[in-house]
Amino acid sequence: MSNIPSDLKYTRSHEWLRHEDDGTITVGITDHAQDALGDLVFVETPEAGAEVKAGEACAVVESVKAASDVYSPVDGEVITGNEELATQPELLNNDPYGEGWIMRISPAAEAETSALLDAKAYEETLED
Amino acid sequence: MPFIPHTEDDIREMLDAIGVGEIEQLFDEIPADLKVESLAGVPPALGEMEIQRLMRERAALDEGQLNFIGAGAYEHHIPAAVWEITTRGEFYSAYTPYQAEASQGTLQLIYEYQSMMAALTGLDVSNASLYDGASAMAEAALMAVRANRGSKSARILVPTTVNPAYRRVARSIAGNQGLKFETVPYCPDSGVTLPAALAEWDDADVTALVIQQPNFFGGYEDVAALTDWAHARGALVIAVVNPVSLALLTPPGEWGESGADIACGEGQPLGVPLSSGGPYFGFLCCRQPLVRQMPGRIVGRTVDLDGRAGFTLTLQAREQHIRRSKATSNICTNQGLMVTAATIHMSLLGANGLARVAAACVRNTAELAGQLESLEGVQRVFSGPFFHESVLRLDCPVEPVLEALARRGILGGYDLSRDYPELGNALLVCATETRTASDIESYFQALSDVLRQSRVA
Repeated sequence: MSNIPSDLKYTRSHEWLRHEDDGTITVGITDHAQDALGDLVFVETPEAGAEVKAGEACAVVESVKAASDVYSPVDGEVITGNEELATQPELLNNDPYGEGWIMRISPAAEAETSALLDAKAYEETLED
Repeated sequence: MPFIPHTEDDIREMLDAIGVGEIEQLFDEIPADLKVESLAGVPPALGEMEIQRLMRERAALDEGQLNFIGAGAYEHHIPAAVWEITTRGEFYSAYTPYQAEASQGTLQLIYEYQSMMAALTGLDVSNASLYDGASAMAEAALMAVRANRGSKSARILVPTTVNPAYRRVARSIAGNQGLKFETVPYCPDSGVTLPAALAEWDDADVTALVIQQPNFFGGYEDVAALTDWAHARGALVIAVVNPVSLALLTPPGEWGESGADIACGEGQPLGVPLSSGGPYFGFLCCRQPLVRQMPGRIVGRTVDLDGRAGFTLTLQAREQHIRRSKATSNICTNQGLMVTAATIHMSLLGANGLARVAAACVRNTAELAGQLESLEGVQRVFSGPFFHESVLRLDCPVEPVLEALARRGILGGYDLSRDYPELGNALLVCATETRTASDIESYFQALSDVLRQSRVA
């Protein structure tokens, strides 16, 4: 059973996001996603300053099995990618909701978050 | 492995399963006006006996000509062992088997090929081959755009001294993918790209600079200065190189302060015979940090569960069977058989043998150009040293001269007037290690006669 913290929001494409106190959003991929991908060998994080749109591919996670896109959950601007992942992609396997975060985004003023799932709704998508 | 195509019944069953009446319906989404109903200009089929005869007659037309044409494909001596070994049953397949690791011999060969190409170019990694030099340059440009994330322009600077066919192919392949190819002029005196010619882009966002060494005219670009100019502006450097020349010249990995980022080119000079446009093969090498943007396959050396050495495809995660339309390229191993020949060719020649081939080419072309420019009405166009090609200007149109030479059994060179009209009656000549002193003498005599007659007429 994968770990799905109740204080986070989720997407159907297996990203999580956390609203930080300073108004920014931290994004990563879920425990379920990292488990399905297997051992990660490379993470390509977005450049600071990149404009992202909700549902748009903005990072790539590459495991021994596959390379998959990571989609931005909201419109906004990338503040930073997690540079630690460049040399330690395994952080994402070991701690997907903590040290394995992928990027921080400053959401656009009108950023739409109502379509995001809570932990329970996300858990239900995994059961389908 | 049995190779049994689907029977009518198999096909019917599959169509029924997905509720489709005819195979044609699967292609309904292609607009009717884009479908080609028949191929124009393709003659009716011939039987084996007839086609053999036709091919023998065509081949006879190529016999007995002394070849002084280069321009991207070069006649080199190929040791008999190269194709004897290449065409053994164990190698004689143009493709990596789908169950790649079952073919350890094929994988080891590709691994050895990659190791040799990395050593020749002075770079860290090589892929398992591309179609040809021109498509390799296009792939290198696409790769540079993916890899250079600091650049937003997708602007690729391409000097006019890069093979004109490569420039056209790169535009065809990548021009519709948002890449902007911009042309850098050459110096009319030296026939090379002066760093000053790049001043126009001093403050521009440039994604990559292409540098061909030796360039299409046979001359030597100031690769160090050009490389450093590009790197100072955050642009990547794509080297287009002749693998034989690398036995003598500074490898791309050592150009300038930090070396070229990507090297590519035509592999034909390494054991592949001249043939009307191919099959040849392209090569592509790069620095380690760019490896994930490199198109094609890579073979790695590893150990199995029992610690025994073995070979395996590696970094496959971005290939088309996994990433589909988002793969770095649709390129796989492509020219496996040509690469087999090249690997055997390189291992038979060795580093010293390849260097001797390169040195003989330089000597012969210097001798050829020196003799020809002593003729009245012939002069070298550019100052400066050259590798195994040189540009000569005649005092009359090139095409009739080449036709007259061909009637005397001499393929006299490549007519530059179509690609470089500004050079006038310019002819690109080449003499590889296969041309003897008497071959060069024959060319000298024939050209002397042809030019004299053209003056009389």
